[in-house]
Amino acid sequence: METNKRYLVGVFDDEDVLLKSVKKIRNSGVKIHEVYTPFPIHGLDEALGYKRSRLPIAAFLFGITGTTCAVAMISLMLGYDWPMIIGGKPFVPIPDLVPVSFELTVLFAALGMVATFLITNNLWPGKKPILFDSRSTDNKFIMAVDLSKNKLASDEITSILRNFGATEVNTKLVEEEVVV
Amino acid sequence: MADSTHHAPIVLDEHYTFPPLVRRNLFIAIGIGLLLFIAGILLLIYAPHEAAHGAEEGAAAGGEHHFRWQSRLWTNLWLNNVYFTGIAAIGIFFVAVQYVAYAGWSSGIKRIPEAFGNFLPITGVLMIIYFFLGGHDIFHWTHEYLYDTADPRYDEIIAGKKGFLNTPFYLFRMVFYFAAWYILYRLLRKESLQEDLTKDVRHYDKSIVLSAIFIVIFAVTSSTSAWDWVLSIDTHWFSTMFGWYVFASWFVAGLATITLTVVFLKEAGYLSIVNQNHLHDLGKFMFAFSIFWTYVWFAQFLLIYYANIPEETIYFIERLHGYNGTYKGLFFINIFINFLFPFLVLMTRDAKRHMIFLKIVSIVLLVGHWLDFYLMMMPGTVGENAGFGPLEIGIVMIYASAFILVVATTLSKAPLIAKNHPMLEESIHHEI
Repeated sequence: METNKRYLVGVFDDEDVLLKSVKKIRNSGVKIHEVYTPFPIHGLDEALGYKRSRLPIAAFLFGITGTTCAVAMISLMLGYDWPMIIGGKPFVPIPDLVPVSFELTVLFAALGMVATFLITNNLWPGKKPILFDSRSTDNKFIMAVDLSKNKLASDEITSILRNFGATEVNTKLVEEEVVV
Repeated sequence: MADSTHHAPIVLDEHYTFPPLVRRNLFIAIGIGLLLFIAGILLLIYAPHEAAHGAEEGAAAGGEHHFRWQSRLWTNLWLNNVYFTGIAAIGIFFVAVQYVAYAGWSSGIKRIPEAFGNFLPITGVLMIIYFFLGGHDIFHWTHEYLYDTADPRYDEIIAGKKGFLNTPFYLFRMVFYFAAWYILYRLLRKESLQEDLTKDVRHYDKSIVLSAIFIVIFAVTSSTSAWDWVLSIDTHWFSTMFGWYVFASWFVAGLATITLTVVFLKEAGYLSIVNQNHLHDLGKFMFAFSIFWTYVWFAQFLLIYYANIPEETIYFIERLHGYNGTYKGLFFINIFINFLFPFLVLMTRDAKRHMIFLKIVSIVLLVGHWLDFYLMMMPGTVGENAGFGPLEIGIVMIYASAFILVVATTLSKAPLIAKNHPMLEESIHHEI
């Protein structure tokens, strides 16, 4: 699916100004799509009101899937399909299951987490990146506002952004491929 | 974040005052502990126990000596002495690791583990006394007849270990461990206190050097002291994992003590510098090293289980089936409360950031690792005559209260926050 979306792109020169404005801009009723910065800024997630990622829950579920797979695989193979006596132990010795179960738990959790992360963030391989302003990789702090998700008019938002410290506000049309 | 601690004003000039009421209660606790201790001894002397039956079993399990009630007394004293020595040494180790790693987050709480080290002289002196008075009751290898080829009780295996397990060398090592740890601790503490007065960053640099020396020494001595104080009880048996196993147990207990102290001080209105992020890191430490302990415990178990060599499996057979199953329940409880419980409770981020969860897990882990040491020491010394009575509870009460007294007194003697620590700013703004 492809859609064209119109965004307002506010450019900030200073991270302190940006950090302080984010809350004020949100309080004046503007929904911010995303903020792009050249380096991580402490407290920005909090100011943007991001909810905690649910990735750990996915990790836990992938993890127990891995444990279940490992235990099922070993006990079915060694216990029922082709029972063998190894070192005089029972066919399904619980201590022996632990290392493999542990490894598969970690493997499933790690791979599953990476896959989940890439899918939910639209970061699959070959994806064309959306760059609102290439200067966000250099020395500017970029704030993108999705006009279709805001009730306020474009010039109202522009003046709000300018009031709270944006040095310039541009419009950008983005072709977005979205899977989720 | 909606936490109330996050934006509270931070005071760097904090001094802990040891409330007289708490001090009085601790002395009362020591008094009650002493009464229980005496009651426990009297119970052991006068209570009828199946001495004859126990002696037969004991002889069958390898030792020829008859059960003496003193054995349970000395082993309990030794157990708590080793346990609290470990917690005190881990306090120094924790500070040293933070210095060597150039860690910033912990600089606001470093005075707390730093205070633990002051307990070392007490346990050091007591350990030498215990060894002289109760050595024969704890350590089978201290008996002279084992090395006498003319004696029928001559033991070839133990005699072969004489180069390492002989009383003079053993005592020399014991003195060396305590001296090395304590001297380096005093030097570290001196630098830390001088840093408060002068803003000189040289004290920080010197601390890093001292910490590096301490870690190198501790890397070796934590293992060898574990062989000496714990492993040599089961003289015939050996395990290459044992040094790490004891270290892991000590480390988790030490981390739990640090966390608990931070939480209690925070609840008493101190440590405004500590916010949920610091608690989160302490929680992660406990969570991670509980898993580390399990890893070491299991690595030791699995190899012995898999190889199935009688001289090695005896250690676990004693604990699982031996002595009429005295230790079977504790064996599984040990794994449950030291692995499954912290693993499941501290798994989520929220649990690590809230004091109530940290408090519960710390207390459970402190009990759990005490139990771990109990399982290491009791089967080899008292066998089926082990138990939990007034003796055990009394000794734990005395040791725990004395430890809190020493730590709280040490804390009250210096500012609670090392205000000239060059990394302090990082600790104030710590966010994860």
